[in-house]
Amino acid sequence: MSNLQSDLPMPIQGTLESEKARRSRSTALLEWLQGWLVTVDHKRLGILYILYSIFFLLVAGAEAIFIRIQLAIPNNHFLTAEVYNRFFTMHGTTMVFLVGMPILFGFANYVVPLQIGARDMAFPRLNALSFWLTAFGGMLLYFSFLGGGLYGAGNAPDVGWFAYAPLTARTFSPGNATDYWALALIVSGFGTLGTAVNIIATIFSMRCRGMTLMRMPLFTWLYLVVSGLTLVTITPLTAAQFMLLIDRYLGGHFFDTQAGGSALVWVHFFWIFGHPEVYVLVLPAFAIANEIIPVFSRKAIFGYPAMVAASVGIMFVSLGVWAHHMFTVGMTSVTNAFFVLSTMLVGIPTGIKIFNWIATIWGGRVRFQTPMLFCLGFLYQFLIAGLTGIMLSVAPMDWQLHNSYFVIAHFHYVLVGAIVFCIFAGLYYWYPKATGRMMSERLGKWHFWLFVIGFHITFDTMHFLGILGMPRSIYTYQPDRGWNTLNLIVSVGGFIQGIAVLIFAYNFIVSYFKGDVAGDDPWDAWTLEWTTSSPPPVYNFAEEPEVRSRRPLWDLKHPYDTDWEYEG
Amino acid sequence: MSTASRVMDLPEERAWKLPSRGRVGMLSLIIGESALFTIFVVAYIFYIGKSLTGPTPAQVLEVPILGTICLLSSSFTIWRSEHAIEHGRMRAFAGWLAATILLGLIFMAGTAIEWHKLIVHDGLTIRTNLFGTTFYSLVGLHATHVVLGLSMLSVVLVLALLDRFPASQSERFAVIALYWHFVDVVWVVVFTVVYVIGR
Ligand code: HEM
Ligand SMILES: [Cu+2]
Repeated sequence: MSNLQSDLPMPIQGTLESEKARRSRSTALLEWLQGWLVTVDHKRLGILYILYSIFFLLVAGAEAIFIRIQLAIPNNHFLTAEVYNRFFTMHGTTMVFLVGMPILFGFANYVVPLQIGARDMAFPRLNALSFWLTAFGGMLLYFSFLGGGLYGAGNAPDVGWFAYAPLTARTFSPGNATDYWALALIVSGFGTLGTAVNIIATIFSMRCRGMTLMRMPLFTWLYLVVSGLTLVTITPLTAAQFMLLIDRYLGGHFFDTQAGGSALVWVHFFWIFGHPEVYVLVLPAFAIANEIIPVFSRKAIFGYPAMVAASVGIMFVSLGVWAHHMFTVGMTSVTNAFFVLSTMLVGIPTGIKIFNWIATIWGGRVRFQTPMLFCLGFLYQFLIAGLTGIMLSVAPMDWQLHNSYFVIAHFHYVLVGAIVFCIFAGLYYWYPKATGRMMSERLGKWHFWLFVIGFHITFDTMHFLGILGMPRSIYTYQPDRGWNTLNLIVSVGGFIQGIAVLIFAYNFIVSYFKGDVAGDDPWDAWTLEWTTSSPPPVYNFAEEPEVRSRRPLWDLKHPYDTDWEYEG
Repeated sequence: MSTASRVMDLPEERAWKLPSRGRVGMLSLIIGESALFTIFVVAYIFYIGKSLTGPTPAQVLEVPILGTICLLSSSFTIWRSEHAIEHGRMRAFAGWLAATILLGLIFMAGTAIEWHKLIVHDGLTIRTNLFGTTFYSLVGLHATHVVLGLSMLSVVLVLALLDRFPASQSERFAVIALYWHFVDVVWVVVFTVVYVIGR
């Protein structure tokens, strides 16, 4: 509990002074370090999650750059085929499990208790355990680069982020690389499950007085939905990975076609996890947009109840669409039709959300600061991504485009164009709360414009490569296929995005020391986290807040025009 | 909304009561665990009759009637012990708790004997055929949960015997009991799938 003491804003005068003199620099450093390692404070854990993810964002980003160097010109020998396979596997696995999930849970950890006026999460120690499990999973995955090769062929995992059977059988994937893939994700999956349980318990049981469910900020609402979805999403993957390990270590036959097992069962199980997983990633992005778009349009969110209903609707529908990843395996036409229709159904609640965001911006006094710029990018790109998704949901169209660069373009439009954009928006938005300092607007604008330009150069172009028939996951191609120029363009865009992310990293570090002092409420926002100091004290709120509307801080600022007189 | 009902909504006028975090947390965990079991159950059902070699379930499986009765009645005993601690009757609490643990142990002993027979006598291991693979995985996964539950209950029993588990902890015990009920319900599903449908 030493972190508690070091964080107390008002130390007992005198005692600390004399102690400080005695203490040498190195013990102070050690105590600081220990304060972070044993912390159970939701704010510190949130920051740890986010720093951990940003680190892996840079790592997996570097892997992507290597991939793009290899593909920039035909017949390239920059990477061998084996290394190329490891790189795209590690890139995908890292981005989904070590960047996307932990950073989104980092936001939840930091923001949700503050937004609901709570002292901490429901289970602070479980929270710390979950983080360290996740962190250990990440280290285990990357240790495979060193340890995966010791006992046989192979090195880092090279079976794709979906690890299709029977490629993962012992015969075809000797060595331990595939085991690292499964074990690392099982371990971090336990961490994820713990966090989801924790967030749900926090939201149901820790809200301050007056915060009824329909007065919760939409951010918190979406995290409730996404944590519920996580409960039933990550566990099927864990189950399937148990089966994989049983096959690999105990000689089981789950996915062993020689003994009557079915490789297709793996594909089903993987996508029963995999499709809801993409919503686990995108719903928190919606959550961030739901906070930023109203504040920067100076209007309350349009259609709050519809937003809640659409989120819950998306959660349920997303559990019934997984086989749209499997149109090419040869299912019956009834099955195909079912999954075509259920997939298209997702478009309805998603469309409702997009209209609500636009209606929120409509007629507002929009402030084009960095967080808002990233949210506007998100809106546009998410719309396009949804439309290519609908294209792919048409089974005959998918037979043509499946496993081509069109699919890569579709999902990077969501994962980068929507999710990463919102993550950046959220980082710029809450950075002043967590550090007490503003990030540089000037560098932020550079970051945004370079990133958005690089993004479109890369991923718009990929759609055309896909339509021209370039398959995914190939390590090189012949010069006579007509893909040369487009590939070069894609790679150039990748470099531009890389530069933009480096500018962001620079801004992130330097602003911590040199940024303008933020004050409690730099954006003139409305939710509870902005009522406390920046950074907030350990105990968050000196006295437990009490709310009467969805925008408690608005009520405080405008006592003669409060929201609760109008909210039904 | 009418003015009257809006006044009713003012927080001052109403007690602010939220569900216990322990229960919410355990229910969430149970939802997650259910999805985990669902995948194993689906795999079991899908692979029924797909083994290329014997032995088959019909040849070697015997219905574990005694174990099943014990496990299911342990839901009753733990409910009695919940009831006892809520009313501060600590002797009864410990007694019913001990009965619950005993019933769980009998169930586990039944599984041990069954597996011993299957492995040694019938030569069915996890690698023999698809039936072996899916059977040991599913039943083993459930047994792991029973062991986990028994460990938690035993810790509580030891604390209770040392007078370290006061009646004020009844809420905590209720959370553990919830888990135990879940383990029981899962057994109903596993039993139906493995010993009724699959045999
Ligand atoms: C909401 C965020 C979304 C995310 C994060 C996302 C992500 C992904 C990912 C990762 C894949 C490819 C997986 C792989 O093969 O490795 C994919 C494929 C696909 N997505 Fe999306 N997607 C999203 C939204 C949508 C929507 C709204 C639709 C349709 C309405 C859709 C339809 C499809 C289809 C049909 C495929 C299969 C394409 C194929 O493999 O042939 N997606 N998506
Ligand atoms: Cu999908």
